[in-house]
Amino acid sequence: MTEAKFILEVDTLNKSYGDNTILKGVSLTLEEGEIKVLIGPSGGGKSTLLQCINCLVAPDSGTISMHGKEINLKNKKDLYQLRQRVGMIFQEFNLFDHLTALDNVTIALRKVRRMDKGAANKRAMFELEQVGLGDKIELYPAQLSGGQKQRVAIARALAMDPEVLLLDEPTSALDPELVGEVISVIKALAAKGMTMIMATHQISLIAGLARNVLFMENGIIQEQGSPKELLGAGKKTRTQGFCDRLSDLDGEGS
Amino acid sequence: MELSPFYQDLLTALNTGVITSIGLIIPSALGGVCIGIAAGALRTFGPKPVRKLGDAYAALFRGTPLVIQLFILYYGLPNLGIYLSPYAAAVTGFMLCSGAYQSEYVRGALLSIQRGQYYGAQALGFTTFQTVFWVIIPQAMRRAIHGCGNEIIYLIKYSSLAYIVTCMELTGEGNTIASEYFRFTEVFMMVGVYYLLLVSCAMLILKRIEQWLHVPGFGHQEG
Repeated sequence: MTEAKFILEVDTLNKSYGDNTILKGVSLTLEEGEIKVLIGPSGGGKSTLLQCINCLVAPDSGTISMHGKEINLKNKKDLYQLRQRVGMIFQEFNLFDHLTALDNVTIALRKVRRMDKGAANKRAMFELEQVGLGDKIELYPAQLSGGQKQRVAIARALAMDPEVLLLDEPTSALDPELVGEVISVIKALAAKGMTMIMATHQISLIAGLARNVLFMENGIIQEQGSPKELLGAGKKTRTQGFCDRLSDLDGEGS
Repeated sequence: MELSPFYQDLLTALNTGVITSIGLIIPSALGGVCIGIAAGALRTFGPKPVRKLGDAYAALFRGTPLVIQLFILYYGLPNLGIYLSPYAAAVTGFMLCSGAYQSEYVRGALLSIQRGQYYGAQALGFTTFQTVFWVIIPQAMRRAIHGCGNEIIYLIKYSSLAYIVTCMELTGEGNTIASEYFRFTEVFMMVGVYYLLLVSCAMLILKRIEQWLHVPGFGHQEG
């Protein structure tokens, strides 16, 4: 069998809560090393799409395939496997509050991957050093700043060797002066060729990183294309209009 | 100083009684906490029929007086051919009753854990059981410990009901001496002092456990 072209394929995902339809047949494909950025107004379905991709929220219909192989979303074992292969970074970090930075990273290695403690610690140390937190491993989430928490969360996801990383507004809950440290970690990941889908409002991330920009509104991908095609002075796209409004809100822009 | 025969008898009796009481309290407290965690977790995360069953258990044991439960265990079960010793009947009753109350504290604590903690674990490939066992329960435990400790302190005092099913513990022994000498005030004041000491010990141990479980970001001791 030849290697499938796409690392991840999502086909016509639908999701609604009661009468409220959040996703209306969203499809996307992701090549290895590709970075897609999701933008669009709040409530447009970005978070739900990301949560459906690793089935934290079960989609009502649609399929998810990795390397051309469809994942059976009804099979719990397949689901747990899928989630190990698709890392997720949350807006609110979601670190385990009762564990130190180190244990936040090791717990999945030990309990899910069944690594022994020594090997897990070594791996976790490596990942925490990569995000610049080698000296904070004994601290609890309550003792870390928002930026540090998000970097621990990134280390935690990377320790599982994910093939794809989903980032749900990774900088939106941070104080402005802490955004930079997280962005530089994400940029370093991109430089290493990490495959990512990221929902963000951070214009610097959109223009600098994305190969593809998806503009989502009302549960549909309204526009997609390279940043060049969609963004830039004089472009009459809705994406550009949305980004203009973001810049206006930011004042001098970020 | 030579104690009067009354006090000699009283202290001997109470010392025997307090040993029995401790023998009742420790397994009942531990059993109650275990039942409470299991029932609390099942009532929160279990499949619907299990949840209903758990709710029924809690409703039954919280809704009827402990004395009645003990009577049924000790005097009622023999009708079904099940004979429990006074001690076994008392411990069983205490465990089940304490477990029902504990499950309520545990359930409240489990429900107070934010959704994001589940997501964080699930996104790493944790199974539901692993999520509950390694992430939710350790956090909930730290929130529940004050309520659970309170329930253990209650248990120490309602362990005095064991003497109703003829298990001679602290109160029972005291009662015997009191009737014998007809000196109720001294005897029951003394019994009270013993309970006070037991509860003080329990509080000290609970405090230690709290300190041992302490993690920055979970309530008290924060500067």
